[in-house]
Amino acid sequence: MCTLAHVFEAAGLSTVTITSIRSVGERMRPPRVLHCEFPLGRPLGKTNDPDFQHDVLRRAFSLLERDSGPVLDVHPEEIVGVEEPLSCTVPPRFDPDLAPAVDEARGLRKAYDRALARRGVSEVGNAVDADGVPHALDVLQNIVNGTPWKEAGIPGGHTTALANDIRAYYEEAALELADAPNPGGHQTEDWFFERTEAGKLILTVRKALAAQGAPQPVWFFMAPMYRS
Amino acid sequence: MAEQPSGDALIRAQVGQQPVPEFSETAWTVPPPLSEARVAVVTSAALYPRGGESFTVTDTSYRALDHDDRQLVMGHWSPNFDRSAFGIDYNVVYPLARLDELVEQGIIGSVASKHYAFAGNQPDDVATIRNDSGPACAAELKADGVDVVFLTPV
Repeated sequence: MCTLAHVFEAAGLSTVTITSIRSVGERMRPPRVLHCEFPLGRPLGKTNDPDFQHDVLRRAFSLLERDSGPVLDVHPEEIVGVEEPLSCTVPPRFDPDLAPAVDEARGLRKAYDRALARRGVSEVGNAVDADGVPHALDVLQNIVNGTPWKEAGIPGGHTTALANDIRAYYEEAALELADAPNPGGHQTEDWFFERTEAGKLILTVRKALAAQGAPQPVWFFMAPMYRS
Repeated sequence: MAEQPSGDALIRAQVGQQPVPEFSETAWTVPPPLSEARVAVVTSAALYPRGGESFTVTDTSYRALDHDDRQLVMGHWSPNFDRSAFGIDYNVVYPLARLDELVEQGIIGSVASKHYAFAGNQPDDVATIRNDSGPACAAELKADGVDVVFLTPV
């Protein structure tokens, strides 16, 4: 974003940049920065809170009144991600012949479909569509069970895209099932990686891929870097 | 026992120490009064229209987003941020409803007919952004009469 601000300003456009990592804005020195210490992925701070979002915009646009720059201002409110998993029931075990994550994913399908109908769009679909999620989890389970990763038939051929699709399928379904409709930053991520069989499987397969000697880019980006 | 840093804190600590592109000068364009300005959003959230072209892992291109299109997919590749927030309320990343309200209140002049998304995962030198796709996007913004660009990361 800071690079684009430099490019746009040089082209004759006035820019205001929100930064989420302060030292990047300080070192890159784009013309006008409002640094916001909000959960990553939420540059305007709070979902479904128009008043707060307007406050961010008001502070950002006020930088346009400055006579010279670069200028970096800081939003006075710090918002910390909620380090508590979303309150959301996972489907009970239904078919004991299936791997737990496969069984679980099947159980979430109706909730996922409701989410898709409500929003009209889904982040699932880069490596697999929703129909392919249970099979994808079966493939990952096979790798954990010892199938060499190059022989496993990884759907879409890209583990990061596949992991993102699986996570999106779960998180979109979870928002239909959650007890609270407006979770805080990282609550759905915490729920996925800490409460679901699929999330735990992704963390496990990441270790299995590393143990099999797969290159780091194959496994590292399947989950946030701080999860193990 | 010391409290464990949050995931965001760990990401901020690591990314905050990485090398960044350096600019010897900071250009400065004086905007018109905000109440007369045409405003566009440019985001690094890798948004693209439903059914449109998604972003590849090291994509340095951009997608144009029609003002009235809310059927947008967030195609960012990084797992290191709250990926669900955009689906809960797109305004937390892409605040078009808020900008429309500011027009109704007379605080900004108008909202652009098109907005733009890049992916935040470019090569470290960002040369293509600096020399090719960035200037091309700027030209499209200017052709739409945009005065002010509001840039949001994820």
